[in-house]
This record gives sequence, C-alpha cells and structure tokens, in this order.
Amino acid sequence: MTMAAFLARRLIGNRSSQILGTSSSSSGAFISVSRAFFSSTTPIKATLFPGDGIGPEIAESVKQVFTAADVVIDWDEQFVGTEVDPRTNSFLTWENLQSVLKNKVGLKGPMATPIGKGHRSLNLTLRKELNLYANVRPCYSLPGYKTRYDDVDLITIRENTEGEYSGLEHQVVKGVVESLKIITRKASMRVAEYAFLYAKTHGRKKVSAIHKANIMQKTDGLFLQCCDEVAKKYPEIYYEKVVIDNCCMMLVKNPALFDVLVMPNLYGDIISDLCAGLVGGLGLTPSMNIGEDGIALAEAVHGSAPDIAGKNLANPTALLLSGVMMLRHLKLNKQAEQIHSAIINTIAEGKYRTADLGGISTTTDFTKAICDHL
Amino acid sequence: MVVLSLRFLFIAPVFFEKYDVHGEMSRVPAEVMESIRKNKVCLKGGLKTPVGGGVSSLNVQLRKELDLFASLVNCFNLPGLPTRHENVDIVVIRENTEGEYAGLEHEVVPGVVESLKVITKFCSERIAKYAFEYAYLNNRKKVTAVHKANIMKLADGLFLESCREVAKKYPSITYNEIIVDNCCMQLVAKPEQFDVMVTPNLYGNLVANTAAGIAGGTGVMPGGNVGADHAVFEQGASAGNVGKDKIVLENKANPVALLLSSAMMLRHLQFPSFADRLETAVKKVIAEGKCRTKDLGGTSTTQEVVDAVIAKLD
Repeated sequence: MTMAAFLARRLIGNRSSQILGTSSSSSGAFISVSRAFFSSTTPIKATLFPGDGIGPEIAESVKQVFTAADVVIDWDEQFVGTEVDPRTNSFLTWENLQSVLKNKVGLKGPMATPIGKGHRSLNLTLRKELNLYANVRPCYSLPGYKTRYDDVDLITIRENTEGEYSGLEHQVVKGVVESLKIITRKASMRVAEYAFLYAKTHGRKKVSAIHKANIMQKTDGLFLQCCDEVAKKYPEIYYEKVVIDNCCMMLVKNPALFDVLVMPNLYGDIISDLCAGLVGGLGLTPSMNIGEDGIALAEAVHGSAPDIAGKNLANPTALLLSGVMMLRHLKLNKQAEQIHSAIINTIAEGKYRTADLGGISTTTDFTKAICDHL
Repeated sequence: MVVLSLRFLFIAPVFFEKYDVHGEMSRVPAEVMESIRKNKVCLKGGLKTPVGGGVSSLNVQLRKELDLFASLVNCFNLPGLPTRHENVDIVVIRENTEGEYAGLEHEVVPGVVESLKVITKFCSERIAKYAFEYAYLNNRKKVTAVHKANIMKLADGLFLESCREVAKKYPSITYNEIIVDNCCMQLVAKPEQFDVMVTPNLYGNLVANTAAGIAGGTGVMPGGNVGADHAVFEQGASAGNVGKDKIVLENKANPVALLLSSAMMLRHLQFPSFADRLETAVKKVIAEGKCRTKDLGGTSTTQEVVDAVIAKLD
C-alpha cells in the first residue's frame, strides 16, 4: 500500500476500509481521505441506545443539540429486547451488539437491568462481547455550578474487564467464601497503554497509577509493573504511583494534585465515583468505554430514574457531555468544543437549570438554551 | 518519634515499655509480641510497609497474631479547624483480619496472577457484633454496612447476611446498607448522613481514609485495633506520611492523632478522667489555632504542639 494510503488509514481509523477499499492509486487515496475527513455531508453512523426511564428524553436532547451544531450523525437507534436473546444470554440482542461492532462508535443512555436470574446483566454483556477494556471518566468542576471543590480537573481511567469483578466466587465450606481477583499482564498493559496515549493526545502532564501493592503484592504488583513499563515509553509525561488509601485522602483534601489516574477495576470504580461526587454527582458525569479495534461507547453513568421518567424533568448534561467525548474520539474537535462551551455557558449562566442542579427548567427548555448558546 | 514526646506527657499512672520496631523488619520481634501479650495494651506509631513485595506488612502481622479483629477510626470535625465539610462525626469499624488482606496470592501462569479474598461468617459476625455493641454503648443511632454485594454476591453477600442478623438484635439502632462506590460519593457530598460504619477490610481502609480526609486529615484522627484480649492504639488513618523521614527530621509530624489515640487507650484502661483531661487539652490547642503542624496549615514543630498540650493540662 502506498504511503499516502497508509497515512490516510491511520488518520481516519477504521472507516478507511469503507473508503479506501477500491482505490489503488495514491492520488485517489488522498482525494478519498480529504473527502471523508473534511466532509460534513457524509454522515457518520453511530449506534444510539436511548435506554430506559429518562433515557429516551435525554437521547432526544442529544439529537437536537447535535443537529443544531451541524454534526451530521446517522443515528442507528437500538433498543434492548423484551425477552432474553439466547444468542447473547441477555436482554441485549445480537442485533444490538452487531450494530456497535459495525459502527465502532456509540452512545448509550441509562439501562435498567431487569432483576432475575438466568441472564447476564446488560452492562456485563456489553463489556464482555465488545471487549470494552477501559472506562474513561473525565471529572472537572463546572464553572458556575458550585460544589465544595472548585479546582478539580482529572480523568480516571479504569481497567474494565478483570480484577475483583471477574465474578469468580465460591463457597469453600459453609460460612467460608472465597472471591478471586485476577490481574493479567495483557489487560494491565492494555489499559496502561491507553492511559498514557490518552494523556499524550489530550495534553495531560501526569499519570498516577493507583494500587495497594504493599498488601496485594503480586496482583497489584503486576499491574504496577505494566504501568512502569509503559511509562518508560513516555518520558515527557510525569509518572507516579500512589497507594489507594493515600489517594482517597489526597482527593478529598486537594484534588488538584491529580491529573490522569489509571487503576485496576475495583479501585477505579470507587475512585471514579468519588471524583464524580467532588464535582456534583453522576448527573453531570460523562464517560466513555474503549474496546479493542477502536470501538468506543460513550455512556451516561447515572441511573434510569424511573420516578421522573416522561415528565420532562431529566438533566441531559451527562449524556450530552458523553456525546462530546464521542465527537472528540471521532476527531470532530471543532463541533465538540462548540457543544461543550454551549453546555458550560448555559450552566454557568444559571438561568436555565434542571431541578437536580437547583433550577426549575424542563429538559426541553434546557436543551433549547444550549442550542441557543451554540 | 511522636511516641517519645508522649512519654513526657503522661500524667496518668501508666508505665511504658518502649520498643523500637521498623517497617523493614521481616517480623515483629518476639520480645515485642511477648510484651504486648503480657501488657494487653499497646500504643504504636506508624509502621511503613515497603511497596513491591518480599516483606509482609508488620501492621497486618500484628493484627493477625493478636487477633485484633476490629479497627476503629473516629473521624470528626475539630472545633477551630476549618474543613470543607461540617457536622462530620463518623466512626468507621473495619474488619481487620481477613477479606482482601488474606495475603493469599499466586501466579497461575506467567502474566496471570490471582489474589484470594476470603470472607467468613465467623469474622463477619464478630465485627458486626462489635459494631452494634459499640454503637449501643456509645449512644450512636445508626449503623451502615458498606459492601459491593451486587458484584461480589457470595463474599460481600455473606458479610451483609451477618450484619443483618446482628441488626435484628438491636432494634433501637437504625441499620442500612450502602454500596462502596456510592458510599464514597456520599461521603464527599453529604458526610453528615453517616454515623457508625461497619465494613470488610479493604473498603474500611478506603472509607476511613476518605472520612479522615474530609474531617481534617489523617494527622488528627484517633483510632485503635481491638481484639478480644488485646488492644493496640495508633493513629486512626495513616495514609501518606508514614515512614517519611523528611517529616521526622524536620520535626513536622503531627502528634494530635496519637495523643487522641492515647486518650482512647486511657478510656480502655478505665481512666476516663485522665482521658477527658488529655482530650480537652488537645482540643483547646487546636481550637486556639496558634500551635499547629504543617499538615493543619501551621508552622509549629511536633515538640511545640506537645508542649502546648502539656501547658493546657490542668
């Protein structure tokens, strides 16, 4: 393959196979690249899971804001089934999964996992089938929305497939239970690589690896080893290791000490929720799950809030910010920045805020205010 | 270092047998263990556990050998010490012997490591009983169990079962449960909702340090490790500054946590009036604000703070 085509493939990622499939000359490749890269009329296909409860309302919000910002996305809306699909052993159907695997990028609203046995949880199914190995959650203080902490600006990157959440437990004898925590070199390297790459591409200066290797010497020790190795490849990024209890304490005393945090599964769960608490809660927190082969599924981590579903009261901020993360992943940085600023300014202004932020606006009013701010 | 200053402080009829133990030692020396078993009560400074393997934590060893199954940390706002959160008064009771700290790890194949988290009914019941009894004797209204049983269904599920059973025997105390990630989020948003918290080993460590951080820092929170026959009192949450030689050399270590822990020890030894005198003196020094070490925003040395406390004792 020619050099230009090589570069083209790297620039536009996995969609290149659709575009460069038939072109063989270098100039042809270049033209195709420019058409794909700069075209705002070729819609990008992305999967959308509106989810349950307030999901459909906030998904509608996102569609409106994106259209107002001239982001041309062809949403492939997917709905979870009402029965367990035997091919996936969960309510998430085979078609749902295929859609994400094909489009490579998606946005997910809150999903309520039906209670019961005999099927996997929806989130677990997504994670395993799409191999979503890293959960990325940026937490930053929103100007204009005051919490006790004003200077938070950090990103938590959590290993999403193994660790304490392997689900391997058994009763040894009555009254004695063992739970296995698994750490592998492969998964730890993968998430460490992603963390440092993320830090580099987003201009972050420091990566902190969080662990408890003084007690769990082999497991967290292996995780740290992998982080150490990757750190050597990025000498321009400052790398430190922090014990988790120290990390918790530092976070509540002075969150400005942290920049990018990379952690195994359990610690990541706890720390990312702690950080969300610092900036205002899960209603404002975006996140993105990264899978192999360039799959990225952005999602709002809050629940489906069935008590306010359908009442036009929901706060779409988390899903909107997750959508922004998705746009940045797709390299549509200009529009991402536009939408991001619009959201920040709307909240900062204070005139239109939903009930959970202390205001009285409806979802539609809030959405309209953001569109106006674009 | 801090303990040295304390010896001059003691006005109560307590005689100290002093021992030097360091984190790099591979085992706690036999004579030290003998002494603790004989005296039943111990006051301890921080012991640093080196990261990286090879040495098993001395803190964990002490806890296991003396079966100090409960670790208590009392996190509360000190009058005069401003923090971002008000109305914090949380006691974290953490199971101290099993859970993730079982130390049972092995490499399955190169590049794949397993660590066992062990939860037993015996230990869970023991700690739940301790927590409720503590709440009852100290007029506390609520006990909250911290867990992750939605994911670790059997392990944390067993812990919760034990807590629920014990809760039935204390109808006057409110009992509720909270998932550990939500718990941390609630701690930074609304810490006043928590009273006594009972947790398995690892979550207890995190929750205690988070609670200590929001209430003023690990330099001021007292705590202890309690067993059926022995008790070891030490700084409640000791993340961060243990083993930092620079702080020792510059005399900046904060003695308040250990002083308050000694007050706890005095209560344990049935000397409540001495305990009250010590606590009042320490609180007065903090409230005045003139004599504080670096972690509280001041410039005093360790010795200066101790001298101030001695001066305030009446």
